[in-house]
Amino acid sequence: MELFLIAHIAGRGVAIPTEQVESVVDLGDVVAVPRAAASVRGLSALRSRVMTVIDTGTALGIEPMPASSRRAVITRVEGHHYAVLVDSLEDVAHFEPLPLSSGLALDRGWSGAGKGLVDRDGDPLLILDLSALVPSAIKALAA
Amino acid sequence: MDDLLQEFVAETRETLEALAGEIVAWEAQPTDGARLDAIFRFVHTVKGSCGFLDLPRLSRLSHAAEDVLAAVREGTRAPDTALVNAVLAIVDRIGEIVEAIDAGVPLDDSSEDLLVAALAEDARPVSHNLTNTGHRAPARSVRLSVDLLDRMMSGMSDMVLARNELARRLRDEGSDPRVEAALERLSVTVAEMRDAVTRTRMQKIEALFSALPRMVRDTAAELGKTVALTLEGSDVELDREMIEMMRDPLVHIIRNAIDHGIEMPAARGRAGKREMGRLTVSARQSGNQILVEIADDGQGVDVPRLVAKAVERGVCTSADAERMNDAARLALIFTPGLSSRDSVTSVSGRGVGMDVVRANVEQIGGRIALSNRAGQGLAITIQVPLTLSIMPTIVIGCGDQRFALPRASIDEIVTLRGETVRIDTVGDAAVATVRGTRLPLVTLAPLLGLTGGAARTLAIVGTRDGSYALAIDTVLDTEELVIKPAAPAVMATGVYAGQSLPDSGLPMLLLDGAGIAAVAGLHFDRGIMADEVQPEALADQQVPALLFDDLDGQRRAMALAAIDRVETVPVGAIRRAGGCLRLTVDGAVLPIRLVGDLAGRDELPVLRLTDGSSEIAYGIAEPLDIVALPTEIAPARGDGLVAGVVLIEGEQVELLDPLALFADAESVSAEPALCLLRDDDAGWMNVFLRPVLEMAGYRCVSRIEDGCRPAVTLTMAAGDAGAPADDAVPVVRLRRERTAPLGTDPSIYRYDKDALLSALAHAVAARRAG
Repeated sequence: MELFLIAHIAGRGVAIPTEQVESVVDLGDVVAVPRAAASVRGLSALRSRVMTVIDTGTALGIEPMPASSRRAVITRVEGHHYAVLVDSLEDVAHFEPLPLSSGLALDRGWSGAGKGLVDRDGDPLLILDLSALVPSAIKALAA
Repeated sequence: MDDLLQEFVAETRETLEALAGEIVAWEAQPTDGARLDAIFRFVHTVKGSCGFLDLPRLSRLSHAAEDVLAAVREGTRAPDTALVNAVLAIVDRIGEIVEAIDAGVPLDDSSEDLLVAALAEDARPVSHNLTNTGHRAPARSVRLSVDLLDRMMSGMSDMVLARNELARRLRDEGSDPRVEAALERLSVTVAEMRDAVTRTRMQKIEALFSALPRMVRDTAAELGKTVALTLEGSDVELDREMIEMMRDPLVHIIRNAIDHGIEMPAARGRAGKREMGRLTVSARQSGNQILVEIADDGQGVDVPRLVAKAVERGVCTSADAERMNDAARLALIFTPGLSSRDSVTSVSGRGVGMDVVRANVEQIGGRIALSNRAGQGLAITIQVPLTLSIMPTIVIGCGDQRFALPRASIDEIVTLRGETVRIDTVGDAAVATVRGTRLPLVTLAPLLGLTGGAARTLAIVGTRDGSYALAIDTVLDTEELVIKPAAPAVMATGVYAGQSLPDSGLPMLLLDGAGIAAVAGLHFDRGIMADEVQPEALADQQVPALLFDDLDGQRRAMALAAIDRVETVPVGAIRRAGGCLRLTVDGAVLPIRLVGDLAGRDELPVLRLTDGSSEIAYGIAEPLDIVALPTEIAPARGDGLVAGVVLIEGEQVELLDPLALFADAESVSAEPALCLLRDDDAGWMNVFLRPVLEMAGYRCVSRIEDGCRPAVTLTMAAGDAGAPADDAVPVVRLRRERTAPLGTDPSIYRYDKDALLSALAHAVAARRAG
């Protein structure tokens, strides 16, 4: 059994492995980063550290997150802090990670970020790999 | 000396740790040039350091390894497994010896001959036993890692932010004077702490300079030279890390200067120099940059030899070398493995050094500049920022966002309202002219995709390759910022150098001046690189020109570069005066060229042309458009003002030749020089000389009328009668004899027409120039 954070992104429930989560916060003002990849919403300060804010909707290839969204999951990838925007947070609970069902076709960003499934009372939730949402320098250049 | 040894041990240990990865990588892939270079630099640095610390064993090992690695770099030896193993054994051994030095325990040197022998081409592999160096002596001083200082610094920033937050809250909630007093005390303490923490990173450059006199003396003695060292500016302070990073480059440069630059005493004597060479190392602060200059009075860099070597080594072709300018040729000295010297000494001279030096300097955000005077010496200037982590910046507003620009990268800030600035559009590129200097213009807001706000200010941004003008909305503030690297996705945009969290609590991005230039597509001349791409670039590059209707109804064009500006002047400002048409504008009188009449016009657009020193005007009927000139120009016949005919939008257009316009204006403005013939010889001059002189463009008179001053006077050498000569008027004397009398007689035989005309022309020119 592993510990997962259950969140909602673009109306869908996802399970985020808690070892990827540093904290859960409500962000303050976000400063835009012109010319950066569309999934980089900007920079925000949190306890005197600068977070790069990820527009999760855009990163997953769905619609952008609403401008008002402030709730975010803080994760650390390669020494940098990222704030991954979420619609809402629900719960932290233990689940048994399951492999993705065969034949399940994830499209767009989901395919790269989906790492498996958990079953919450018969409700399948995708396990989301936060680091897959962070645009790397190479991906950003290609964009 | 103890301190130096400690430094050496600590540095070598640190480099070895850093090198561990490189060694493994090189072992896996011996042909990897970058790894090879890294290991080469390491052994070279060790060799350099232990040369002056008197560590013969290390010197021998590193020299042997360097020889082999140099051979690999030059391609004369293949990096096979045996060689890699032998080099790695030596690197390990260097590490052991260094540990032994630090621990103060003796280390058996019996196996070192074997290690050196193993480097030979036909050597058998030797088994290498790691020697346990035993205990380490307790450290005598605390070496603080810069990381720790960085953390202190960022902790300070946090403290300032927390204090600001606290102050804000207290203000909002109404204040108790006692709390306010406590907060005030906290503020003062925090400010003091911040200052102190900043200072912990600062060190006098003396720490770097103090080792130099001994090093210079020893190096010079080793080479049989005498060198007087002058140190200036020892009390300049800079970041501790900078000092550490400057050490190697400085040592390399000084050793090179003594070995390569300063000649042997005998040779110096022959060259008329004092036998004792002079070396000056000076440091000074300029803004937030530290300039360290190492100047010697030696022979300088033999540039032709350097170029020849570069061609020989295949660094560039001789055609490339032809195209390079002097600076680019001199910059070849930074090519890895290239030296202008043939011989190899134990001090330097394998061409290593300058590439290492530049790599080290650039790694800390510095620049290096050479000033070479062949035969007279070389001055190398290293320019480094004061500190890495705290950067003085200028905060600018663009759209509704704020950005920081490193103050060091900004040469100047000018407002667009000022008289000194003009913005023009050349083709589809914008050009700013600031006090006569044309700079490419980049407007920040559209580049960043921001809207709102008008560009009202120009920041002149200097990059390594050239300067450009950056149009921004406003300059808000100057601020010292703690700069951190931003996330890869942010850095990938290429326009940011980092991010910062200023006291406002809102993150701010630091713009990268060079990056912006690259993203905006500005191209500066970049030495060899630029020369190599030039042929294609030239083909694409189109010369912009102004298309206009001329006064005679012809459609003509002129290269935009020649046109300073186009303005409309009243026709009344054009007068015929002093033999040519002149235009009065801005309180100056310019020659103006018109090819048609002005009937029925009150005003006239004129092109004001400048060649840098003089200015002329050209009247036109109407300016039409700025076009790119096609590369094919049909050469013109006849009228000297037309350089050729080009096809623009299917129409024949005459292309004016600004050169001819200037040449024309010069000759028009030059009135015929008045030549006074002081004839005492029954009219010989009037009859014989006058036609010749008038043909050559002089106006001849026999008598001076009132208010008229001759440009030159012709007289016969013998009979110098008549009015006393006017001192201001040059005199050319003629003589009747074919041969000149003895002595320094400047007179000219009267039938020597060529000599006479040339003497007259000289006299007139000299008077005009005077």
